Amino acid sequence: MHEMGIANSVLDVIRKETLRFPNGHIHKVGVRIGELAGVDPDAMSFCFEALVRGTELEPLALEIEYCPRRYQCRACGHSYAASRDDFACPECGKLDSQFLGGDELELAYMEVEDGARAAGA
Amino acid sequence: MERVPLERKVLNENDLIAARLRARFAEHDILCLNLISSPGSGKTSLLERTLESFGRGERVAVLTGDIQTENDAKRLARFGFPVKQITTGGTCHLDARMIEKALLDWRLEDIDLLLIENVGNLVCPSSYDLGEAAKIVVLSVAEGEDKPLKYPSIFFKSELLVLNKTDLLPHVPFDIAAAEENARRVHRDMNIIRTSCVTREGIAEWVAWLDRKRESTRVSAAAS
Repeated sequence: MHEMGIANSVLDVIRKETLRFPNGHIHKVGVRIGELAGVDPDAMSFCFEALVRGTELEPLALEIEYCPRRYQCRACGHSYAASRDDFACPECGKLDSQFLGGDELELAYMEVEDGARAAGA
Repeated sequence: MERVPLERKVLNENDLIAARLRARFAEHDILCLNLISSPGSGKTSLLERTLESFGRGERVAVLTGDIQTENDAKRLARFGFPVKQITTGGTCHLDARMIEKALLDWRLEDIDLLLIENVGNLVCPSSYDLGEAAKIVVLSVAEGEDKPLKYPSIFFKSELLVLNKTDLLPHVPFDIAAAEENARRVHRDMNIIRTSCVTREGIAEWVAWLDRKRESTRVSAAAS
């Protein structure tokens, strides 16, 4: 269970970002978690809520975009999301695909309410 | 309300330290490998067989991570190579900062091969870059052959799968062909070596893999 540390890393970034928006409040942060990132979205949400509760960061919501494994078939060029047990191309059935993504663990965006203009911007 | 793009890695801080470590390893021609497995798959035994295969002059060092105890470092220290235990005190994985701190009083000039034994855990260590050249996943035949499908992250990110404890195969219902197929479903080009630290099956093959990897580190260092 390392989701606590990961959630904390997200909040570290948000704390730094609050300094850029002294007149605003960050009320949502969007995170992309790939199926291959080794991070459980439910555990992540649970840890995030626990860490935010009772702090100056409230209210702060977490929006997780869960990204499946994505491949492109080398034989027919079809791009697709793989199911957990099978990454064969659903179009032609071949098992020769290039990995496109699905291992991301990224901060995508945040939503800032009121006074959204960054200090000094 | 305004949406502000962030577009950065969540573990940016760890990745920065890992990049710093990778640069130092490159500067000193060090091959660093990160061994990851569930608890009890035989990482420490594999390292024992590995260290005993090396001559005294080999410039090998080991960092071994555990939540508690110095047991692994004691087991590995008897081969005469520098070994340091990293006790995380509860944390379920090693991170780049722990590696940087552990290396503070070692002379990197004296090391060619740095083996890192991660905390026994198939999930969390896969998220943390330690500056290694490659991750190696160890799976024992006493576990399930569906582990690659259950824990795709670490099998996807590892360059080599060591299928350990093959001496137990006659006693356990483990379908080794299915395990290898499952690993290749998650990671098409996975290298696989079957080993037993009891009968020493496959140990020579594993050491040869290490030697090839060390040779390619030297060649790329000479070219740069």
